[in-house]
Amino acid sequence: MAEVLVYVDHVDGAVRKPTLELLTLARRIGEPVAVALGKGAEATAATLAEHGAVKVLTADAPEFADYLVVPKVDALQAAYDAVSPVAVLVPSSAEAKEIAARLAVRIGSGIITDAVDLEAGDEGPVATQAVFAASYTTKSRVSKGTPVITVKPNSAPVEAAPAAGTVEALSVSFGENATGTKVVARTPRESTGRPELTEAAIVVSGGRGVNGAENFHVIEELADSLGAAVGASRAAVDAGWYPHSNQVGQTGKSVSPQLYIASGISGAIQHRAGMQTSKTIVAINKDAEAPIFDLVDYGVVGDLFAVVPQLTEEVKTRKG
Amino acid sequence: MSLRIVVCVKYVPDATGDRHFADDLTVDRDDVDGLLSELDEYAVEQALQIADEADDAEITVLTVGPEDAKDALRKALSMGADKAVHVEDDDLHGTDVMGTSLVLAKAIEKTGYDLVICGMASTDGTMGVLPAILAERLGVPQVTLLSEVSVEDGAVKGRRDGDAASEQLEASLPAVVSVTDQSGEARYPSFKGIMAAKKKPVESLDLEDLEIDADEVGLEGSWTKVESATERPARTAGTIVKDEGEGGKQLAEFLAGQKFI
Repeated sequence: MAEVLVYVDHVDGAVRKPTLELLTLARRIGEPVAVALGKGAEATAATLAEHGAVKVLTADAPEFADYLVVPKVDALQAAYDAVSPVAVLVPSSAEAKEIAARLAVRIGSGIITDAVDLEAGDEGPVATQAVFAASYTTKSRVSKGTPVITVKPNSAPVEAAPAAGTVEALSVSFGENATGTKVVARTPRESTGRPELTEAAIVVSGGRGVNGAENFHVIEELADSLGAAVGASRAAVDAGWYPHSNQVGQTGKSVSPQLYIASGISGAIQHRAGMQTSKTIVAINKDAEAPIFDLVDYGVVGDLFAVVPQLTEEVKTRKG
Repeated sequence: MSLRIVVCVKYVPDATGDRHFADDLTVDRDDVDGLLSELDEYAVEQALQIADEADDAEITVLTVGPEDAKDALRKALSMGADKAVHVEDDDLHGTDVMGTSLVLAKAIEKTGYDLVICGMASTDGTMGVLPAILAERLGVPQVTLLSEVSVEDGAVKGRRDGDAASEQLEASLPAVVSVTDQSGEARYPSFKGIMAAKKKPVESLDLEDLEIDADEVGLEGSWTKVESATERPARTAGTIVKDEGEGGKQLAEFLAGQKFI
């Protein structure tokens, strides 16, 4: 059966959820062969095997952490050469997209980014994308070379599908450009203990209506009662009320959770671009005319400082 | 020696307008106003700041696009760039990222460069991979998605804020850089800048000038094929209630009904 290369996003061996979703999609096309790089690469194998990886190619070298992107491209290319896959699937993180794009140039292939679904087709995998701030849905395929496709988080269910997951060491020789961009310092982001924004099943976001960094605890408390991630609109981020890493929208994160709760967010195109594909959308805004209400399944016109704490209390009570 | 900066910009349909696909499934440029991609203004701004710090620098702004794309170049020139290069050719219609990056790379090499600066993504295609592809094609370091950037002693330094960590990066010139919308607010063109821009040179190049065959680009030469584009159905109107003191509880009731609580 044809093999599909899957690039693994992991943190010290802990596989991130979007990679498991990729394995679900990869199995629609062929047999998944995973590629895990860097510290903890071998530790990914058990989880990957549980979710359908027939093989796990691993490599570790200081170059992966010390230099930007290119060493990983060299490694993914080595895996490509070793496997000759029918497709290469990569999670749509900022770094992984860059790795995928450079691989595509090297192997003479077209690339599709930010797919939200993938199915097998007569002429190769067909990718679904949400474009123009999710106002259109397109179906596309790569027409030259081996398809390289990056897939957004929450695009497929995580499914158990036990496979061999045989670990094989990948031999990588780094090219002369591998050491071009040095990572001279790295400051890990402090964990908030909340789910990752792009991976969360529920996202609670605050915008201009939150009116100050000191008020964001209202949003955080609701998020914590629901086990949700916290997002912010560009207005709230630009005002310095919440970190840019939590920004939802065109220039921030694009999210597609089961439930999206927008509080004090008007719903400008910039924001809609990042959340319009959410399954259920709920908004709280004091302006009944706010465009966000065009998107909602349920909306409350009112003061978020009254509605959100009451909702938080009610959630806690119901959850006991 | 002069620091040669090339800023790649894109002329895009206005994101606040009603964007559509044309019959051939390319972006419809006729029914919606175009403009310099907002995210590329940050690239122009950082180029201007780097040029200010350098003893001697020249900023060339480069675009690939139809006749109207000159508007994007003019905007960048009025912000303060020195000259412009416009690659325009009927055979470019429908070119995807692989073809566009090929054209840009050839035009950058022809222009001569020490530093290429791009925005983080376009506001229409939103792929965000073109800067990485350019670095691959040009064979120079990729220093991308920077929130802070500076050039000193023949090296580019910058901060990249990733999902897991914030990284300080460093590479020797020549290099390809991309900057995010966190890199600093872009300036508005001054009246003087707008007037001066009218006199700045705009060089036009076509595929022949760049020694690129027509079949390497365009819709036919595209490396990807859009098979269908469907307008997303409007979301069915939801329930909207006015908070009369029980809004939070009503919302909880809805969420419980949907099994979220």
